[in-house]
Amino acid sequence: MSGPSDYQPTNPVLKWIERRLPIFGLVHSSFVAYPTPRNLNYWWTFGAILSFMLAVQILTGVILAMHYTPNADLAFRSVEGIVRDVNYGWLLRNTHAAGASMFFFAVYIHMFRGLYYGSYKEPREVLWILGVIIYLLMMATGFMGYVLPWGQMSFWGATVITNLFSAVPYFGESIVTLLWGGYSVGNPTLNRFFSLHYLLPFVIAGVVVLHVWALHVAGQNNPAGVEPKTEKDTVPFTPYATIKDMFGVSCFMIFFAWFIFYMPNYLGDADNYIPANPGVTPTHIVPEWYYLPFYAILRSIPNKLAGVIAMFSAIVVLAFLPWLDSAKTRSSKYRPLAKQFFWMFVVVCVLLGYLGAQPPEGIYVIAGRILTVCYFAYFLIVLPLLSRIETPRPLPNSIADDVLAKSGGKAAPMVSTVIALAVAGALFAGSAQSARAAEDDTPPSLSWSFAGPFGKYDRGALQRGLKVYKEVCSNCHGLSYIAFRNLADAGGPGYSTAQATAFAAGYTVKDGPNDQGDMFDRPGRPADYFPSPFPNEQAARAANGGAAPPDLSLITKARSYERGFPQFIFDFFTQFQEQGPNYVSAILQGFDDKVPDGVSIPEGSYYNKYFPGHAIKMPKPLSDGQVTFDDGSPATVAQYAHDVATFLMWTAEPHMEARKRVGMQVFIFLILFAGLMYFTKKKVWANAH
Amino acid sequence: MTTASSAGSTRRDFLFVATGAVAAVGTVATVWPLVSQMNPDASTIAAGAPIQVDLAPIAEGQDIKVFWRGKPIYIMNRTKKQIDEARAVPLSNLPDPATDESRVKAGHDQWLVVIGICTHLGCIPIAHEGNYDGFFCPCHGSQYDSAGRIRQGPAPANLPVPPYQFVSDTKIQIG
Ligand code: FES
Repeated sequence: MSGPSDYQPTNPVLKWIERRLPIFGLVHSSFVAYPTPRNLNYWWTFGAILSFMLAVQILTGVILAMHYTPNADLAFRSVEGIVRDVNYGWLLRNTHAAGASMFFFAVYIHMFRGLYYGSYKEPREVLWILGVIIYLLMMATGFMGYVLPWGQMSFWGATVITNLFSAVPYFGESIVTLLWGGYSVGNPTLNRFFSLHYLLPFVIAGVVVLHVWALHVAGQNNPAGVEPKTEKDTVPFTPYATIKDMFGVSCFMIFFAWFIFYMPNYLGDADNYIPANPGVTPTHIVPEWYYLPFYAILRSIPNKLAGVIAMFSAIVVLAFLPWLDSAKTRSSKYRPLAKQFFWMFVVVCVLLGYLGAQPPEGIYVIAGRILTVCYFAYFLIVLPLLSRIETPRPLPNSIADDVLAKSGGKAAPMVSTVIALAVAGALFAGSAQSARAAEDDTPPSLSWSFAGPFGKYDRGALQRGLKVYKEVCSNCHGLSYIAFRNLADAGGPGYSTAQATAFAAGYTVKDGPNDQGDMFDRPGRPADYFPSPFPNEQAARAANGGAAPPDLSLITKARSYERGFPQFIFDFFTQFQEQGPNYVSAILQGFDDKVPDGVSIPEGSYYNKYFPGHAIKMPKPLSDGQVTFDDGSPATVAQYAHDVATFLMWTAEPHMEARKRVGMQVFIFLILFAGLMYFTKKKVWANAH
Repeated sequence: MTTASSAGSTRRDFLFVATGAVAAVGTVATVWPLVSQMNPDASTIAAGAPIQVDLAPIAEGQDIKVFWRGKPIYIMNRTKKQIDEARAVPLSNLPDPATDESRVKAGHDQWLVVIGICTHLGCIPIAHEGNYDGFFCPCHGSQYDSAGRIRQGPAPANLPVPPYQFVSDTKIQIG
């Protein structure tokens, strides 16, 4: 895109087209011959990684839209239908959901890279501003996408974020009503969010084209921050940058695949596995991790309008960066002070993100305010000041010189590293303290056959768990996402189709209307779903002292507990995902007739050690000897709890075994591929040195 | 070109080919689930299970239409006249030759069960219309006889007979 190209195809057909539409010349000059600085490091591959992520999101998104129903009554169930019934639906959904996080992860690295190397400075201001616009569009798209599954977090996230606009003076209420298409978040809101969520990625793609165009006009910045002067400073985009980018992408895919196949719920919120309920707000509303720093800024300001303004300014200020930082030297490599402050700023952002996920109380509020001030001070005070007082180190004469000087000494450990370590230590101490306080109420971590990369369900436990569910739990709890046919599915309890059919026939199912217009009862068929014990939620509520027993299909994914810092970081590497079954098992065993001192249990509730708040409406459901097993397993509450929790993990994720099996294959493949890419890249670059 | 550099270039070529081949395998493996998801999902397949239909309410000369896998199935209780007509016509007169006996279940000769989708372009023919005491497709004028065989018009083949069997004298299972 840098002016007319002298490229001429030799093939006569291509020549014919080229004369009428010079598209091959355009591609050639933009992505083949385009000169790229030879000293780019791997931080520069994130541009390609982002293009890759945009493509992945559009592709999986278009496919998911083929199966998704944007209706408030059906959306949640249609997402479960994708995950449970569509061929590879679980894979597509995990990819799209984790993909959003990966997209943001990559964009943050890309932005910090731009910040560090001064990629926003003259003549790249427009390039940078287009990037800020893409980022804003991504935030809008990500937010609306998160609403679509129509779980509790979707619904309340939508409510909270749209209510930000109610802070606008005079017109606030009207704007919010306009956004909702109603008097509250509801079906019209979901419909328009779906429409826009489908539209915006293509708008992003359009702005990306402008971004790349601007990039190819101004040329890429580089770690030295000096413009290429001679041929020796650059290499052609293809094969050098192409192969390096592809290697970067292949490494990134390994990271991405870890989430898709092993930690699909690590970045999500358990509450979003509860269908949206306009009558109950989750105790702790948290946006997706990539909005957390801005959410922390919003909450730090005690005034509604000022908070909203601060939050939006925190993003908009980025667009003014080229003028706030007027230093002539681009790269922080040659700016000793700017470099220190840059790393401090990174730490501030990470900490703000951490605070955004904490409850807004006590020390967290104060810390949030201090960090908010730091955030803005970096842009409004530090950068303008530094550009006036800082003396940069001498720049290399050219990029070629910079490459030759690469073997220079390593910088001494920086102040910011020390700060980061100190902060991590403080966090650790803080959470260790709160962890000790909460230790008693945290469900014990049990060992599950399905944990870890090779985890498989214990068929015996699944069959016993089904028996416990059928004889005990099903009296009050539905299992409405499970069809009888599922009992014969691969990776499930291991029944044959005939057994599942016979099991189904043992149930009576309402069907109809028949030709006379009447509903009638008939024996269950494999395609039927487990019938719910109550005809509707009101009946369930009335029969159970005001608390409707939740449907159990997703309960092990819909319940969780805090693991705290730094445990949640270790969990990422150990693939710990079993909060749900731990919790279910703990609840079933946590009843106690003796209420400890200082806990008061209202009439009609029961004490349970592990239930949040300890007062649970469900009476102790299981006692020893209640259910007998044919396989000689002990008839104890502990055994029941283990088996039913295993069974409910399967009902929540029937394709877990397939997920882990495919995951292993993908990992072997990706590691092999990345290895080959590494050597290919080395071979290609050998010519450049 | 020296020996050393040509050995180097073969090694390089091999590496490039290997990387390209692995990338191609990965691409194909990625495309598979993206295409496979278009097939009917598990709930659609389960909903396509066999259905049972009670024939008792269908009087002679009448027909009913039931749906199986989203397809209309005509179940026709044929009159003596309809059967005789169907059996009288010589096979050589038929565009898609098939005997009437081959299109019904032995011993249940009065029951014609066919998928009511015109073999031309998928419209639904109307029962008891047309010149052959069978079905008439309003879209482009195909006519089927009382055995559901194509007799006239653009449709190339007879109305297909779905898989079914009699579970009792008055009940069939389709599928
Ligand atoms: S579709 Fe029936 S005649 Fe064309």
